[in-house]
Amino acid sequence: MKKKSKVVSYNKWGYIFLIPFVVVYLVFQMIPLVSTVYNSFFENYRSGLTQIGPNFVGLKNYITIITNGDLPTYFKNTMIMWVMGFVPQIVLSLLLGAWFTDPSLKLKAQGFFKTVIYMPNLIMASAFSMLFFTLFANSGPINSLLIQLGIFKEAYQFMSHVWSVRSLVAFMNCVMWFGNTTILLMAGMMGIDPSLFEAAQVDGATATQIFYKITLPLLKPILIFVMITSLIGGLQMFDVPQILTNGTGDPVRSSMTLIMYLNKHLFSKNYGLAGALSVFMFIITGILSLIVFKFTASPEKK
Amino acid sequence: MKRKLLGVLLSTTMVAGMIAGCGSNSSAPATEAPAAEESASTEEAAAEETTEEASTEEAAEDATEETTEVAADEGKVLNIYAWNEEFKSRLTDHYKGYEEVDATHGKIGDVDVVWNITPSTDNAYQNNLDETLLKQADAADDDKIDLFLVEADYALKYVDTDYTMPMADLGITDADLSDQYTYTQSIVTDSNGKLKGSSWQACSAGLIYNREAAKEVLGTDDPDEVQAAVADWDKYVETAKKAEEAGYTMCSVNDTYRTYSNNVSGKWVQDGKLVIDDNLMNWVNDSKELVDAKAENTYDLWGDDWAKGKTPDGKIFCYFGPAWFFNFCLDADQDGTIANQGGWGYCVGPQSYFWGGTWICAATGTDNAGLVKDIILTMTTDKDVLKEIAQKDADCVNSKAVLAELASDDSGNLTLLGGQNPYAQLAEGAEKVDLSNLSAYDQGCNEEFQKAAKNYFEGNATLDEAMDMFKKAVVEKYPEVTAE
Repeated sequence: MKKKSKVVSYNKWGYIFLIPFVVVYLVFQMIPLVSTVYNSFFENYRSGLTQIGPNFVGLKNYITIITNGDLPTYFKNTMIMWVMGFVPQIVLSLLLGAWFTDPSLKLKAQGFFKTVIYMPNLIMASAFSMLFFTLFANSGPINSLLIQLGIFKEAYQFMSHVWSVRSLVAFMNCVMWFGNTTILLMAGMMGIDPSLFEAAQVDGATATQIFYKITLPLLKPILIFVMITSLIGGLQMFDVPQILTNGTGDPVRSSMTLIMYLNKHLFSKNYGLAGALSVFMFIITGILSLIVFKFTASPEKK
Repeated sequence: MKRKLLGVLLSTTMVAGMIAGCGSNSSAPATEAPAAEESASTEEAAAEETTEEASTEEAAEDATEETTEVAADEGKVLNIYAWNEEFKSRLTDHYKGYEEVDATHGKIGDVDVVWNITPSTDNAYQNNLDETLLKQADAADDDKIDLFLVEADYALKYVDTDYTMPMADLGITDADLSDQYTYTQSIVTDSNGKLKGSSWQACSAGLIYNREAAKEVLGTDDPDEVQAAVADWDKYVETAKKAEEAGYTMCSVNDTYRTYSNNVSGKWVQDGKLVIDDNLMNWVNDSKELVDAKAENTYDLWGDDWAKGKTPDGKIFCYFGPAWFFNFCLDADQDGTIANQGGWGYCVGPQSYFWGGTWICAATGTDNAGLVKDIILTMTTDKDVLKEIAQKDADCVNSKAVLAELASDDSGNLTLLGGQNPYAQLAEGAEKVDLSNLSAYDQGCNEEFQKAAKNYFEGNATLDEAMDMFKKAVVEKYPEVTAE
């Protein structure tokens, strides 16, 4: 009896501390998710001021999306622009991360550089792409510079060519996010036991060998995290291409992303079709994340 | 569209307006309402009021009846929905009794005028208006929309519903509106033939040419001779190619679009199916030819590249535009623009057409019917007010008599047109406009058609691919429409 009363149970605190998360999760994640799935089974849109539906139509919305064949196109666009932005971004971030965490380099003014590379992320994506839209306009500063330097005879229409638009979107994404990625990777790199580096140096390893044989393998968990979050962010790419192409995804919708397509349905408040599209996106995101996770994590288990 | 420029500014004021819009004083003495209302109204009504005040008991009985009726009906807050400052400045400048309080508030007598201004970029204005109109029936009297403005492109979306009040129900008769152009009324007539809006503008549009360029290309800047050089589309194409040789770009393909789209032979959507009119295909073919010959460009309207033509350096031969273009778009008050030097000329161009225009609609359920009626009558039918608007704002007003008056003497000369008086041509154009083929789908379809065609002009898609893209975009916007 006496013994029992002295034991204080901290169990309830665990649950109490979990309440905020659970509430936020329910309100902002679970309920929207369920209602999206629910909405996707209805024909529900507005024509002018007249509301059509909601009428239960079963899987018709899903069938519409599969049969009109747009989904793969926009998925492909999204992935192309994501890869084009992600590859240079991860290379740049690894390089910067390695430099910043390497004590033997004794880099000066690190705080300044770390702040500067993070800056682009603070600018609103829409403002950023508005800036690029103006910079790369036919009569914009970039074109007049290129003409005055004699590189082009007449203005290059950046917004009228498939690859120039995609490159601009990728470039903007890269610039906006490399600072963030660098900081994540640096956190990972600084978590590696310094004695490993010292041991390697004593054994006569070069800087390149240390990077590939020690830093990279031990950085794997963080790399996986960066890959997955960036992939999910990439799939949700919207504001940069939306503003840059004025919502059209032109030329010929070659830079239209999945979310821009989703946004198109909001013009007529088409909750049914938009819901079905969101469910597809949810599935795609899940599958891709699983692939990335399996692919990068499996060799470690050996 | 043209309103894009004001976007950022207006969205800030809008938020302020929404917050401040709630406060009102409904406990003010009831008798004050009709008095204030009438002071702002026509002279006729003012005279009536005087008799009322000085009347015998017998007459007072009538007056009391009227007073109580009005007082019971009329609210203290007039909510106006618009997408830019245009109507507000018209009301401030030309409506007697309107006092400006701040950017989003005014006063007419003791009625508070609340402006709810949302820019039309990305459909924001319509979205906002839709949401409020759908809640109109349940809203408190002071929160109800009393008056809202619509553009021709989507007027039918609102007019063809019960959310707008027929003019007849407000007590505005056909006789009141008899001096207006027919087309301005057909736009806001619903499928049952009821007129549901009125406008102070007749936006007949034409070709605004650069006099300097005309001299260089055609050897003359006389409006009649320039008109002869662009009298139909064949001649227009010819002139455009000449302009290209002289180092000018004729204009953007998007400038000529409205001229073709106003002269179609059928509606966009017929029996639930999308129909692409032959005249629009003419636009595509003519434009493709001119773009390939570098005689026209593909710049989006209102963009920076497009706006360069307003200065001599832009090397643009012409713009296609209505009268609101003069005042609103050519930047006459900026140094260095062609307009500032009086360097534009105006002629009708290859085909008569109209562009834009603002219509005033009364919202069903308004608690200020009397005031709304008076605003509509004053702003759209009072000849003195209309003449004032034409002279102050270089607008083409919706009154045959006033336009004839302006055309007859120097009172219609515009400095930005080098002293030319365009009102005869504007009036002639307005007579010829035929809008029987307008539908509620116009805005969405026109917008998407231009976007899709741009891909074809720039060589990124074949004609078929571009048309497929267009159909796809329309079905996305209007799920009830089928496209082949």
